[in-house]
Amino acid sequence: MERTISFRLNGKPASVKTDDGRMLLWVLRSDLGLTGTKFGCGESVCGACTVVVGNQAVRSCSTPLKDVAGKEVLTIEGLGQTRLHAVQQAFLDHDAFQCGFCTPGMIMNAYALLKKTPRPTRAQIVQAMDGNLCRCGAHVRILAAIEEAAGAGKAGA
Amino acid sequence: MAKRDLKRRDFIGLAGAGLTVFFNTRALAQGPAPGGQPPGGRGGSGRGAGGFGGMGAPTDFNAFLRIGADGRVTGFAGKVELGQGLITQLAAVIADELDVAYDSVDMVTGDTDLCPFDMGTFGSMGSSQLAPSVRRAAAEARAVLLQMASERLNSPVARLRVKAGVVTDSADAAKTIAYARLVEGRKIERTMPNTPVKDPKDFQVIGKTPPRKDANVKIAGKAKYAGDFILPGMLHAKLLRPPAKGAALKSVDTSAAEKVPGVRVVKDGDIVAVLHERPDVAAEALAKVKAEFDKPAAGPDNASLADYMIKAAGAPNKSGPGDIAAGERLSASVFDQTWLESYVAHAPIETHTATAQVEDGKVTVWASTQAPFSVRTTISGGLQLPAEKVRVISTYVGGGFGGKADSGAGYALEAARLATLTGTPVQVMCSREEEFFFDTYKPAAVMKIRSGVTSAGKIAFWDAYIIGPGGEQSFFYDVPNLKLASAGGWMGGRGGGGPQVHPMAVGAWRGPAVHSNAFARESQIDVMAAKAGIDPVEFRLNNMTNPRMRRVLEAAARQFGWKSGKAPSGRGFGVACGIYSNGYAANMAEVAVDKTTGEVRVKRVVTAVDVGLQLNPEGLRQQCEGCVTMGLGFCLSEAIQFRGGEILTRNLSDYELPRFSWVPKIDVVLVESSEKNIIGAGELSITPMGGLIANAIYDASGARMTQLPMTPARIKAALARA
Ligand code: FES
Ligand code: FES
Repeated sequence: MERTISFRLNGKPASVKTDDGRMLLWVLRSDLGLTGTKFGCGESVCGACTVVVGNQAVRSCSTPLKDVAGKEVLTIEGLGQTRLHAVQQAFLDHDAFQCGFCTPGMIMNAYALLKKTPRPTRAQIVQAMDGNLCRCGAHVRILAAIEEAAGAGKAGA
Repeated sequence: MAKRDLKRRDFIGLAGAGLTVFFNTRALAQGPAPGGQPPGGRGGSGRGAGGFGGMGAPTDFNAFLRIGADGRVTGFAGKVELGQGLITQLAAVIADELDVAYDSVDMVTGDTDLCPFDMGTFGSMGSSQLAPSVRRAAAEARAVLLQMASERLNSPVARLRVKAGVVTDSADAAKTIAYARLVEGRKIERTMPNTPVKDPKDFQVIGKTPPRKDANVKIAGKAKYAGDFILPGMLHAKLLRPPAKGAALKSVDTSAAEKVPGVRVVKDGDIVAVLHERPDVAAEALAKVKAEFDKPAAGPDNASLADYMIKAAGAPNKSGPGDIAAGERLSASVFDQTWLESYVAHAPIETHTATAQVEDGKVTVWASTQAPFSVRTTISGGLQLPAEKVRVISTYVGGGFGGKADSGAGYALEAARLATLTGTPVQVMCSREEEFFFDTYKPAAVMKIRSGVTSAGKIAFWDAYIIGPGGEQSFFYDVPNLKLASAGGWMGGRGGGGPQVHPMAVGAWRGPAVHSNAFARESQIDVMAAKAGIDPVEFRLNNMTNPRMRRVLEAAARQFGWKSGKAPSGRGFGVACGIYSNGYAANMAEVAVDKTTGEVRVKRVVTAVDVGLQLNPEGLRQQCEGCVTMGLGFCLSEAIQFRGGEILTRNLSDYELPRFSWVPKIDVVLVESSEKNIIGAGELSITPMGGLIANAIYDASGARMTQLPMTPARIKAALARA
């Protein structure tokens, strides 16, 4: 149904007039021009499109716009706007990416994990990240980066 | 000649004031060696400069660098940053040889207007061929600058020292001038050929680990991939695709799609496209198109593929230096085994995407390609435009692995055609289903090996017939009676390799052919070692004198803590070796096999590699880790499912990629090399993965796996036979 959906996007108010059943991924990328969030599968199986709604990591390719009405949406563009977030800094320090295409989704997923579980065990990190795919094989570095971000204790900030 | 000079002028005009140095990489300009696959099989195409369509590809330089009046140094190269660290590596080389700060170096890559011709980014050539040339060029540029400084300062060159782009007379510190001042406002084209490069011990950046040049944009979500160019008025196109390869369109009814507000339907030749300013709306409208296709011709499926390929291949070419009969007479045991592999997808997380725009008759296409110049050729051919009227830009690509070598470049041409037809920018972003459908798979393989071993544990003969991937390029065991025959190859119908044995389009996949051969070879070696009752590392060392391979194998064993034992030892230890493009790898693994479920857990992998001169050890480690991790997929789970031309694998839920819970502890050992050249590690450590995991599974469980992927069902079946 076409209507205006309002929410907070990266700390600022946003509203979009469109079919409210459209998926958030395409509204972000196409209507709002935020291309940091990536398409990889469209069916919740790769995690490239991960954004944070409230404090929850969601797959924006499978999240209808109406589900975020009145909520707080955080995308990679909203993270570390003034100073890099601890997760981003750790990805930087560990070279936790290669092609970088999975990276925004990885970072957002890790961000949400650390919000909820500031001191995760290795097993908790693996479990939380398991649905995010990386074809380049940057996994070992991504795990190390998240562990370090958690250790830095600033990740919840 | 005139054409070439003109081209040079063009580049100089574009570069503006400053010092411009051109350099060439001979092998790149020449294309593949005659007589089939070049050594190590470049993951490409068989189109070298010769296939460039006579469009005046510059043959005298492949890249150039420019020192601007602001002191910033820019390197231009036609290769593409795929995540392999190309721009970091080249910037490090330039900084060191030129004696400028690493931070002051920028790279412009993958842009057909700004960069000189390049065949494409595959086969670790960025490291092995481009980097050394860039290095020589930067050294030459430094020599030219020193010469200029000597004239300006009136000091002999021998007395001059350079630091961070500032030249100083060592006998008179007051005599000093920056590169930026030397080149200021002038166009300089001088050469000082044969300038020696630096001694590696004097490197400041190379061999250390400079921060990646692509890091900041990638962690901020600001790196722009082909789909991230959102142009004013742009339409997203979704194209009607056949249900199976080879199925022709009989009739189409787009009326329902046309009723969707804002939709435009374009029918032009073989294109039926639905366009809308929102990609998801275009996709929904496409679903409303009713189309009828011819039933495609019947073809093989997964189950009948091996028989199909054997039939297509025919008998092996009987020639070959080996005296197999003599070898058999020497053998205490003879082994006869067939090793099988499936079609495997590249499955980059970024699907093929192109954004096209036409302005004043010039077409610009941002494409996710490893070969922007080849895409330009496709587009200029398809649109009948001269090459100068087509610009292809490929700045960041979300993974390629050979799958974006783009000999066909359908998606890019489609975007360009639609942009031309609609008069508005158009983006084509493949769905995951299209990505699987149009991929050029890692070739399936049927690999028959007969071999024999003497009572002393020496390999007496080896008779291989490799159908599918392409034959062995660098067999490194000492075998007195050796015959290596092959039919078909990773280039499929695009040339080379004899008969067409593939019902599918195939291509290079993080290196061509080598990993398939390594699966068969290293498994066969293990079978022989087990039968002979000899530890598999010992057996290998007994049968190879190649010093570089011995060194990596010994280094892997040390790091792994390999203790001699006969397989199957129950420990779950595996070993396998491989060569790719003059790089050497020995991998070791420890796995656990759950005998009730058939599931494998890879606990740790050591990969010891000899990659020649190590430009960026951390970058090399990343590449090796990526190889090991990606390699687990074709070992354990990945296989395209098909029935005739129908591709049944449609999304990543049908096709399991390695994920975090699979990832073992990975140790990379960078072995000191006798080789002084730069080799590159993009495809090396993945080479032995098939044999490695198969051998470890055997050691753990006694199940000898003869087919990849080694799925739980196949492992259970093998256990039942064991
Ligand atoms: S695009 Fe959403 S999970 Fe893959
Ligand atoms: S870095 Fe390429 S997909 Fe993860």
